[in-house]
Amino acid sequence: MGLKRQKSPVRSDPDLMKEVQKQLRLNLRLWGTTKEAGKRLKSLYSEEAQHLKDLMTRTLTLGESNSALVLAARGMGKSSLVNTVIEKLEASGTLGEGVVVRLSGLLQTDDRLALKEITCQLKLENATANKVFGSFAENLAFLLESLRCGSKETSKPVIFILDEFDLFCHHRNQTLLYNLFDVAQSAQAPICVLGLTCRLDVIELLEKRVKSRFSHRQIHLFPEDKFDPHYLNIFEQLLELPDSFPSKDFSRKWNSDVAVLLKDSEVIQVLKRLHNTTKDVRALKTLLLLCVSQLSSDQPQMTGHMFMRAQSLFASEAKTNMLQGISVLQLCLIIAMKHLTTIYEGEPFNFEMVFHEYRKFSRQRSTMQSFERPVVFKAFDQLKCLELVRSVDNNRGTQREYQLVQLMMTPLQVTEALGQLPGIPTDIQQWAASSLG
Amino acid sequence: MVETVSDLVMEIPCRAPQIKLLASLLGEDECPLPSSIFMYGHSGTGKTLVTTAVLERLGVLTSHVNCIEFYNSRVMYETILNQLSGTVPTSNNNYSSYASCDNLGDFVGHIRNIGSKTKQRMAIVLEHSERLRDCDANILPVLCRLQELTRDVNIVVIFLSTLPIDKFRAATGFLEPIVIHFPQYTKDELVEILMRQRPPRYSEEFYKNYINLVLSVFYLATKGFPELQHQVQLNFKAYCEPVEKGDAEEYDIRRLWRNIEPHLKKAMSSVYLREVSSAQYERMQQLTETAPQDVALVKAGLTSKMELPFYSKFLLIAAYLASYNPARTDKRYFMKHHGKQRNTKAKIKAKERSSSQLVGPKPFPLDRLLAIFYSIVDDKVTPTANVFSQISTLVTLRLVTQVGGDDQLDAPKYKCAVPLDFIRSVARMVSFDIVRYLYDYS
Repeated sequence: MGLKRQKSPVRSDPDLMKEVQKQLRLNLRLWGTTKEAGKRLKSLYSEEAQHLKDLMTRTLTLGESNSALVLAARGMGKSSLVNTVIEKLEASGTLGEGVVVRLSGLLQTDDRLALKEITCQLKLENATANKVFGSFAENLAFLLESLRCGSKETSKPVIFILDEFDLFCHHRNQTLLYNLFDVAQSAQAPICVLGLTCRLDVIELLEKRVKSRFSHRQIHLFPEDKFDPHYLNIFEQLLELPDSFPSKDFSRKWNSDVAVLLKDSEVIQVLKRLHNTTKDVRALKTLLLLCVSQLSSDQPQMTGHMFMRAQSLFASEAKTNMLQGISVLQLCLIIAMKHLTTIYEGEPFNFEMVFHEYRKFSRQRSTMQSFERPVVFKAFDQLKCLELVRSVDNNRGTQREYQLVQLMMTPLQVTEALGQLPGIPTDIQQWAASSLG
Repeated sequence: MVETVSDLVMEIPCRAPQIKLLASLLGEDECPLPSSIFMYGHSGTGKTLVTTAVLERLGVLTSHVNCIEFYNSRVMYETILNQLSGTVPTSNNNYSSYASCDNLGDFVGHIRNIGSKTKQRMAIVLEHSERLRDCDANILPVLCRLQELTRDVNIVVIFLSTLPIDKFRAATGFLEPIVIHFPQYTKDELVEILMRQRPPRYSEEFYKNYINLVLSVFYLATKGFPELQHQVQLNFKAYCEPVEKGDAEEYDIRRLWRNIEPHLKKAMSSVYLREVSSAQYERMQQLTETAPQDVALVKAGLTSKMELPFYSKFLLIAAYLASYNPARTDKRYFMKHHGKQRNTKAKIKAKERSSSQLVGPKPFPLDRLLAIFYSIVDDKVTPTANVFSQISTLVTLRLVTQVGGDDQLDAPKYKCAVPLDFIRSVARMVSFDIVRYLYDYS
């Protein structure tokens, strides 16, 4: 091993690096699962996975109908967990004849579309060549009929996976949910309804009749928030090259390098900071993608420096960034507005007041040239377009100079942002700091 | 890839970090793309330029759409599908698009089809993506996770916007894209970019001096590149004039500055505000001698072009007085016999605080308008239908607005929607001293 390390040159083979990039990006693909990630998820949520597996197995083998909700925050691995479980079932042959129907609340925005999608995915007779005939009522009747006439023995089990379940609750009368849960409740074709959502109060969204037909089986996925073994394990797994990687030597070296990376104080610091802000694995993936994209044949190894750079890209403050790009005149207006907000305790103001305040400043104290009213108004309008200023009521009738607006930043934010901006004239800085305005 | 990127860095000045970052994020051919990228920065910071150039160099099949163009989402879906599939609606195919598609479910399905056919990597670039917030609520989350929803089509969605991503978040959130910020150009960078447009006839130093002069006037008011570029191009002729005539040498900076300064100041108050179009402005530059008066004329023409009948003028003045004066002072201003009033210090202070010039016009009832009107018009006017119809004409001309009360007959309230300068010029025409009657000024 040691020998090999000496041999490997600093500049590495571009083709190899291409392969590495590709593999790592596959690992980091912002969603979804590789085999390894699936395994990790299963070990992490072993109880929940077992629960899901039991549910589905019972539907598939015994012909029981079930319903359950999987609840977790965004990026916690709901979809990937369900997918892994289904893959496992498929691999073990339990899935057999069963059909999986996947719906997303984002795409199927009403019941008609959802029904179309279900008929397509179930490959029912009247769905030929991706075209569904008939009206909504006909479709529903047909679907229910085909589900109803089935029984445990004769019909295939169906697993419905409803992604973004909370959006299905906003459909008219919740007809689809009612029917699905109703079939699940009564002795008809065996179906398993799995809802995935990030809203914890989703049960409250259901109508009473729908709620009473739901089995109230809820599976919560909570993040394991230990930093040391857990978070770092994820980190390691995301960066590891799999055994299937063509160049074995390189992957072995790479993996040991990743293990070394975990002892780098810079890396740990960056990771800790991210972990303190969010436990979302997707944020970690984004950060790592920013690091991986810095790899090149000149720089074939991950370094702590890369992580620092990625972090600075990742965690830049948008408001300060936007303020950096505005002109001095606009900055003056922001300061004037800040003073108005502090003096009148958050009451909305209009352009005339801001202009009055600005003129007081530019006439008395400033060495800067003072601008004419229309020029100032243009600057004010641009601030509105940047949504740093928002009008309070959308009153079309009033003149634009007199429309009431509010500053979308707190005075404290303004002061902080000004502190970070380079090259502000001194008199403006003093004006900003003075409390009298 | 390294070569193409370094080429681009040479081609597009001052955007090296952004180009490199974007190119490295997208990666080389066959690399999996990130699911979405969000780029923000002020307008004119090169977002579109960099994105299209990088995508083209990397050979990504791109659909470039501008969200302003779409009055409904169906048009947007079909345009994107057409561009990705290479369908062009022409007379040959009876102007039909790739597929008719009016919901997101179908859209995702079609993208999946296209993706399985072409093995190329794909990108959707959405300009002015802040408009997407006004569309259906689910468009943004779907576009952010298009890769997942299409199950492994190698596609990236790039949002370009002038607003930061904080303004996009809503409801239960979405898959966060990777954010890239395009900072505003610094002064030096602006000079460097503007230098690229130097006409070959003039020396580098000469043009640089000129740019610096323009910046010294405009930079405080705007940092936007497009505006500055426009001003630089527009005023260059005037700047060269003394050199061409032989009045000054190229290095005589002080004389050149003295020559150009009034021009630039004038441009600031006219072209910058688009009160005068650039064509008009250029014409004015040619008639240099008459130029200053011309500007004044054009400006005056804009504000007081409106020619109103005699009584309408007085009605407008009355409306102005009614909405900017408090009702309790009417007696003092408009009746013959009123008690004398002293201005105490406290009164002056109170006046300053709630000056209606700052707060804006207040609504007034029709009766008050007529009362003031009769008091300021010297001759006897009969309240004919004509007078009342003139009031409603003023409303349709947007000089006066009707507030509340959709009832036309029963005590409607009005507001005057005219600035002070305008009313002053109207008052001057009928030789009426308006300032004497204004509470804020007397």
